Amino acid sequence: MSSRYLPAFMMLILAASFHSARADKVPVTIKELAFSPVQVQAKVGDTIEWINRDFVAHTATARSGEWDVAVAAHKSASQALSKAGLVDYYCRFHPSMHGTITVTPR
Amino acid sequence: MLIRLGTAIAVICLMSGAAAAQTVAKPTDPQIAHIAYTAGQIDIDAARQALAKSTNRDVRAFADDMVRDHSAVNKQALDLVARLNVTPEDNETSRALSKQAADERAKLAKLSGAAFDEAYVANEVAYHKTVNGALANTLVPSATNPELKDLLETALKIFEGHQEHAEQLAATLK
Repeated sequence: MSSRYLPAFMMLILAASFHSARADKVPVTIKELAFSPVQVQAKVGDTIEWINRDFVAHTATARSGEWDVAVAAHKSASQALSKAGLVDYYCRFHPSMHGTITVTPR
Repeated sequence: MLIRLGTAIAVICLMSGAAAAQTVAKPTDPQIAHIAYTAGQIDIDAARQALAKSTNRDVRAFADDMVRDHSAVNKQALDLVARLNVTPEDNETSRALSKQAADERAKLAKLSGAAFDEAYVANEVAYHKTVNGALANTLVPSATNPELKDLLETALKIFEGHQEHAEQLAATLK
C-alpha cells in the first residue's frame, strides 16, 4: 500500500472500530398490553427503548430489581444495559406483561 | 357481589337476548358508553376506598393501578363521545351497577385490616370477571360505532389484565 493511501486506510479502520463499539438502541413497542418483540437481543452498553403506544401507563421492571423504568402513556423511555446475561422483565402495573432481553458481551 | 352483579349483567344479557326476540332493544351506543363509563367509575371508587382503608403495600399498589387505568380508559371514553357528539345515556343496567356497587362499598366499609384486604380483592376478581363477561358477550358485539367498539376491545384487554392481577393478589392474601 502506498503511503498516500495510509491516512484513508486508517480512517476506515477507525470508522469500523467506532461502528463496532457504538452502542445501539434496541426498540421495543408496547401495544395493547404486550411488549413486542417479546424477546430481544442486545449487547452490553446498548440501550433498550420502550415505545408505549397505549393510552395507559406501563413499566419495564427487571425481575432482578436492577432497574424499574416508567413508560408513560404515548411516551418512550430507555434503559442502558450494563452487564451480560438474561434479563426477565415485566410491567408492575400489568403483571401479565412479560419480556426478556438477552445481553451478550460486546 | 358476584351474585348481585350477576343480576345487573342478567339485565344486560336480557337486553341482548330480548333484542333477538324484538321486545327490548339491545343497548345502543349511548347506553353502552354510559354502562362502560359507570363500570369504570365504580372500580375507581372501590380503589379509593381501598386506598383510604388498607395498609397492605400490594393491595394499595393494585388500587393505584385501578385508579390509573380506569381513569385513563374513562378519559378516552369521554374524549370519544365528545368527538362523536354522543351523549351517554343513563339506563337500567348502569343504575343497577351503581346501586350494587354502593351496597358493596357499604359492606366493605365495615371491615378493616386483613379482612378488608381479602374482601376488597375478592370483589375485584368477581367484579372484573363479570364486567369482562359483559364486555365480551354484550357490549362489544352490540357497539355499532367502530371507534367505540375498538375502545371497548382495548378496555377489555386492560381489564382482563386486572382480573389476572387481582387473582394473583387474592392468592397471596389467603
